[in-house]
Amino acid sequence: MTKILEFIGKVSLFGFRAIADLFSPPFEAAQLGRQLEEIGSRSVPLIAASGFALGAVMTLHTRSTLITFGAEAEIPTVQSLAFFVEIGPLVAGLLLAGRVGSGIGAVLANMRVTEQIDGIETLSIDSFKYLVVPRVLACVIAMPLLTLFMNFFGLMAGFVAEHAASHISFHLYITRAFASVDWANFVPPTLKTAVFGFIIGTVSAYFGYTTNEGAEGVGKAARNSVVLSSLLLIVSDVILVKCIAFAFPGNAL
Amino acid sequence: MNHDSCTAVSFEDVSKSFGPKQVLGDVSFEVAAGEALCILGRSGTGKSVTLKLIIALLKPDVGKIWIEQDEITNLSSQDLSRVRRKMGFLFQDAALFDSLTVYENLALPLARLTKKSQDEIEFLVEKVLRQVGLAPDKKTMPSELSGGMRKRAGLARALVLEPKIQLADEPSSGLDRITAAEIDELLLQQKAERQTTLIVVTHDVHGARRVGDRFVVLDHGNLISHGTIAEIEHSDNKIARELISLAC
Repeated sequence: MTKILEFIGKVSLFGFRAIADLFSPPFEAAQLGRQLEEIGSRSVPLIAASGFALGAVMTLHTRSTLITFGAEAEIPTVQSLAFFVEIGPLVAGLLLAGRVGSGIGAVLANMRVTEQIDGIETLSIDSFKYLVVPRVLACVIAMPLLTLFMNFFGLMAGFVAEHAASHISFHLYITRAFASVDWANFVPPTLKTAVFGFIIGTVSAYFGYTTNEGAEGVGKAARNSVVLSSLLLIVSDVILVKCIAFAFPGNAL
Repeated sequence: MNHDSCTAVSFEDVSKSFGPKQVLGDVSFEVAAGEALCILGRSGTGKSVTLKLIIALLKPDVGKIWIEQDEITNLSSQDLSRVRRKMGFLFQDAALFDSLTVYENLALPLARLTKKSQDEIEFLVEKVLRQVGLAPDKKTMPSELSGGMRKRAGLARALVLEPKIQLADEPSSGLDRITAAEIDELLLQQKAERQTTLIVVTHDVHGARRVGDRFVVLDHGNLISHGTIAEIEHSDNKIARELISLAC
């Protein structure tokens, strides 16, 4: 128990340091740009493909159920609300934890093992600011944007699947999809993914940056980054959903 | 101890442990400015730890370490950064940043720590790369370099900020004798041209004899002998005599 509390304390301090260092110069704009490309742009194909597949499958499933109740007209609404409120943010978060979390953990651990981090320190460059802060910030910025991509492709796949089954027009599908969507169903769930991004960036960077177990530590850092950031992401989702429902009671589903 | 302008590095009763294992115990020595000191000893005797203590990658448990006039064990990160700028560090495996080209590895500290223009940085990097014979390979990634080339690139990165104190951890490890001699020659060239203080950790007694003015011999974390080659050859300590005489 003491070890778990000690670990939570260390990761929390690591996260707080990342936030504090974010506001002190030098600002690592070039590094941030590089990380946004690695974490954001290069994750788009995965997010798009997953969103599309998930959107199509979801429409196929909900369609058969809603038809039973004569509510097939609600299919676009169910699709949009499900994606905007929960599926988009959570699945995008879990996908990013897998792709980026393991990458950050492995890269930083490898840099630690091969003394590259020590090399940065000997050059009078703050390795934490240079390596950790841009990665955490890139995750925070990229996560809501990737969620938008996930929502978009999920909705497009829903339209394709529904059009194939009922020949619904694009205009009607979109009108129905957004008829019951309020800003409160869209903005807070999308922005909550910034917290997911912070968790993924902080946890993965912590495991990579603090490893001291040689080559074995690289694999361990990658594995622990994915497992713990995914777990924390789901736990934090429960808390954030409750907070959003508390802040916007009229729109709680 | 007297920390005058002639002393580049000074250890005062420094001890360091990792968990229950003591790797350095009450080690004291001085390195004069412009001098080349070689630290010799068997594997696991605390040689690399000594170098990492000098550049403050590690902190001693007990004792004081002076870099010129600065006692570094309790410095703030800002002051430590200022002190580190006086030093260059050649790592055993070069520790080049594998996501950057050779040129970018050298340009990074110049861009970050100096106010030089892009043209000045380019000129300086080219100059140092020419010195170490790597000018044609400036666009190469570190993973594409041979062991000797990586070591030379690591040395070039350590030299690019023109440090007053050059630290080298096993500069000849994993290299053939000719390449090892070339690396030693580059270190000596820097010492001669800029009066750089050299502190070299090595197993290679041939190289140590070529580079060193004075020698420190460590065994099981203790300083067992120090002085010139002649002094160590006549030392009372058998291990020190054996270590230095391997080349004879």
